[in-house]
Amino acid sequence: MKELEREILIIGAGPAGISAAIEAAKAGAKVTVADEHDTIGGQLYKQIHKFFGAADNHAGMRGFEIARKLEQEAKELGVEFWLNTVAYGIFKEGVGIVRDGDNFIVKAKKVIVAAGGIENTTAFPGSTLPGVMLAGAAQTMTNIHRVLPGKRMVVVGSGNVGLIVAYQMLQAGAEVLAVVERDDHIGGYGVHAEKIRTAGVPILTDTIIKCASGKTSVEGVTTVKLGADGAEIAGSEQEFNADTVIMAVGMAPLTELLWNIGCRFEFIGELGGYVPVHNEFMQTSVDGIYAAGDITGVEEASVAMEEGCIAGIAAASACGHISAEECSARCASHIDALAVLESGEYDGERSAARAKKLELYKASEK
Amino acid sequence: MSQSMRITDHPILGADEPKKKVTIYYEGTPIEANEGEPIAIALANAGIRTLYVTEKMNKPRGIFCGQGRCGSCRMIVDGVPDVKTCSTPVKDGMRVQVQHGLA
Repeated sequence: MKELEREILIIGAGPAGISAAIEAAKAGAKVTVADEHDTIGGQLYKQIHKFFGAADNHAGMRGFEIARKLEQEAKELGVEFWLNTVAYGIFKEGVGIVRDGDNFIVKAKKVIVAAGGIENTTAFPGSTLPGVMLAGAAQTMTNIHRVLPGKRMVVVGSGNVGLIVAYQMLQAGAEVLAVVERDDHIGGYGVHAEKIRTAGVPILTDTIIKCASGKTSVEGVTTVKLGADGAEIAGSEQEFNADTVIMAVGMAPLTELLWNIGCRFEFIGELGGYVPVHNEFMQTSVDGIYAAGDITGVEEASVAMEEGCIAGIAAASACGHISAEECSARCASHIDALAVLESGEYDGERSAARAKKLELYKASEK
Repeated sequence: MSQSMRITDHPILGADEPKKKVTIYYEGTPIEANEGEPIAIALANAGIRTLYVTEKMNKPRGIFCGQGRCGSCRMIVDGVPDVKTCSTPVKDGMRVQVQHGLA
């Protein structure tokens, strides 16, 4: 098999991966970023809302604007991008990739895995019908390709993604008939919920989709209320004349590559499932393998960017471009930013989850 | 959904810039597409939602994950089966067919 040598290989060109690339290149490293898709920016391209957040300098910008800015910056720093390139495994010999239909082993001094997350799904009778799709697909259609997935939608899930996607469908000219949430409270931020409520969209808590019906695609949706015992309440069904169902029921870290090389994992429910343990410099339990972004736990893009910066600086330092002191100095502001980002509404949980990963990393070092 | 599903004006993204058009053939029927957009998007715009039909139960499938991961959008394109149409760009004159099972 053909072999290629690179200094730092980053897998994933989303917010974490490009941020890592920029910081590593600034520190003097030679950086290559591989991504299976044909664009740089990952999911940022679907995000047409303004980011908020106190600490990072992208607050107030829209996702696709951040993607463009990061891409330009990385290219100016000479970062090499391999698009349409699949990294299928990390082995002792190197990273296995398929590029232009050809198979390579990439021998890199350091590898940063920023593979992102994968959307969860839910099942109900009719959930396989055309017209039922994940929030990411609806956003890609609407915000990138500018084709509406349908005209009358029901959104499943009231987390931030569900609320934002509902608002984006309204912006694009579709009707959103309801957002349903099986929990007894809205999952996402109040500010997002308020926007769609103001637009007249009901957010139905303690409610699930009983079924979607239609011959060859969605022609109607039936919801049903759940009682305190979690059972359906007979007679509480509601019919919606929907042609589309959008699922926004959480995400999970996309961790296969890190399992494959033997990283130590821990189950942390708040972060979406099994996540790799790492130190404050995003180094995993396997020497030379770093992780950043949703792969270390599903959070916002702002968190992914800060983690990416840290991983990039640390990997460049480990290659000998900057001293350990300089590495700590450069990472400090990003580590502080993470503490701020994870100190909000829900975030006792998230900062505790981060502390747990760091602690377990330390334990694994002994 | 027979008329176009294109978003011509958008409060954030602005007016849609005119794109170069190409023609693809869905089961022999000509469909107008924007150059470079994914096949499944061009079909969605034309109101076509069934891209794949399951082998045993004959159940229709359409765009689901929209990023080449789930396989729910695979079709026969220019005679080649299992093409993920959500992430494969259109080319002028392309022939696409609904795929039944393993095809």
